[in-house]
Amino acid sequence: MSSIVSYGSYIPRFRIRTEEIAKEWGENPENIKSGLFIHSKSVPGPDEDVLTISAEAAKNALRRTDLDKSKIGAIYVGSESHPYAVKPTSSILVEALGLTYDIHSADYEFACKAGTAAMQNVMAMVDSGQIENGMAIGADTSQGAPGDALEYSASAGGTAILIGKNGFADFNATLSFTTDTPDFWRREGEKYPSHGGRFTGEPAYFKHVLTGAKKMMDKMGTKPEDYDYAIFHQPNGKFPTRAAKMLGFNDEQVKDGLLTPYIGNTYSSSMIIGLSAVLDKAESGDRILGVAFGSGAGSDVFDMTVNDRVKSLKRERAKGVMEQVNNPIWIDYATYVKYRGKIIMRGA
Amino acid sequence: MSEVPRFWRESRHRYRLVGTRCTNCDTLYFPPRVICPTCRRESVGKMKEEEMSGAGEIYSFTVVHDGLEQFKMQIPYVMALVKMKEGPFLTAQIVDCSPEEVKIGTKVTATLRKVRSEGKAGIIQYGYKFTICP
Ligand SMILES: [Zn+2]
Repeated sequence: MSSIVSYGSYIPRFRIRTEEIAKEWGENPENIKSGLFIHSKSVPGPDEDVLTISAEAAKNALRRTDLDKSKIGAIYVGSESHPYAVKPTSSILVEALGLTYDIHSADYEFACKAGTAAMQNVMAMVDSGQIENGMAIGADTSQGAPGDALEYSASAGGTAILIGKNGFADFNATLSFTTDTPDFWRREGEKYPSHGGRFTGEPAYFKHVLTGAKKMMDKMGTKPEDYDYAIFHQPNGKFPTRAAKMLGFNDEQVKDGLLTPYIGNTYSSSMIIGLSAVLDKAESGDRILGVAFGSGAGSDVFDMTVNDRVKSLKRERAKGVMEQVNNPIWIDYATYVKYRGKIIMRGA
Repeated sequence: MSEVPRFWRESRHRYRLVGTRCTNCDTLYFPPRVICPTCRRESVGKMKEEEMSGAGEIYSFTVVHDGLEQFKMQIPYVMALVKMKEGPFLTAQIVDCSPEEVKIGTKVTATLRKVRSEGKAGIIQYGYKFTICP
């Protein structure tokens, strides 16, 4: 089966603390921190968007491999904040990364699991022999309405996964679970999304994440203790921690892939940026379970095992996830609303 | 008038810092040139496209406090003359830093950013800017 040949992530350096947002809306930051388990989140700079974030993540993935770029036969970008409504992000990336023009490309959408849907498509193309290698990217610069609970979590970041044969982490299996669930949506032309409040928990996130994970363990005949790392979609810090516990995973298996408490929810990159952080330290033989969730709703599940080729992976050629997490530029709420276009400028 | 055609023609160079090298005198030019100004006729057919690494250092800079309407969000910002590792000089914005962090000789790396957009409905122009190396 196909495998991960390389990977890379990008997190904008600007960050805002939960306290800074809470104070504008008269909320107690301690309630937010203990309720959502989010301390801070990333904020894209005024000149950053899904294209620039995807490009930096993909460049980090390309730096870690000596693979000839002309052997990349597909590039798919999953996001819910593509810069254009019509005009693909993926075609701009072909030029920005210097890939061959003989390439399959498209933009994907499925709330927060568009990036993993892209991964599954690339895996299928590699497995069928249609392409040798392909790149799947999940990136977002999501917005929460001012004062909405989402404002504490909606952040920005991206991860690129280069998939091919003979990579350093093998895909043992992948599966998806999909139902029509109206937990979170945004109509065309609307700036901010709407959500079903408490409805986002049990019938949406937990149902799809838990079912997906259980179906994978049934299929593979595995138990939680067979995995060295487990990564779950993380709209906040609380949901993935609870899902892990309900499934029988312990903190040790989960902590390395849990980033939302520090950088917020990167949406289409949420689970795979956790995977990226795990791949930054995983060793040969490590087994990894990854469960992505997208509102609307569905889950994409991946069972992976790191192999011996990890020893020749050039990780140090690109900045790892924690290295980027620990390199913030703190901003205040005024700068945040300016950067996120939440104030109306003349001529804008 | 729309700048779409011109921008599209130059996009490869702006996205990836692709210049042209005169293989007659081994000089790299950015922006790319069709003919080497030194070798002139000798360089015909000998100009080769080459992508720069993105590594460079600040040669000189200025802090802009009163910028164009489009850049109002970013004031004060730094515009610098960057000397690339491969030789060419180019003018670019230095981002993700405060002006105090920028010095002559500071090492920088190219990053792809939004440079400008033609209003809310127009094309978004992407190009190189630089960030400070940690
Ligand atoms: Zn010459």
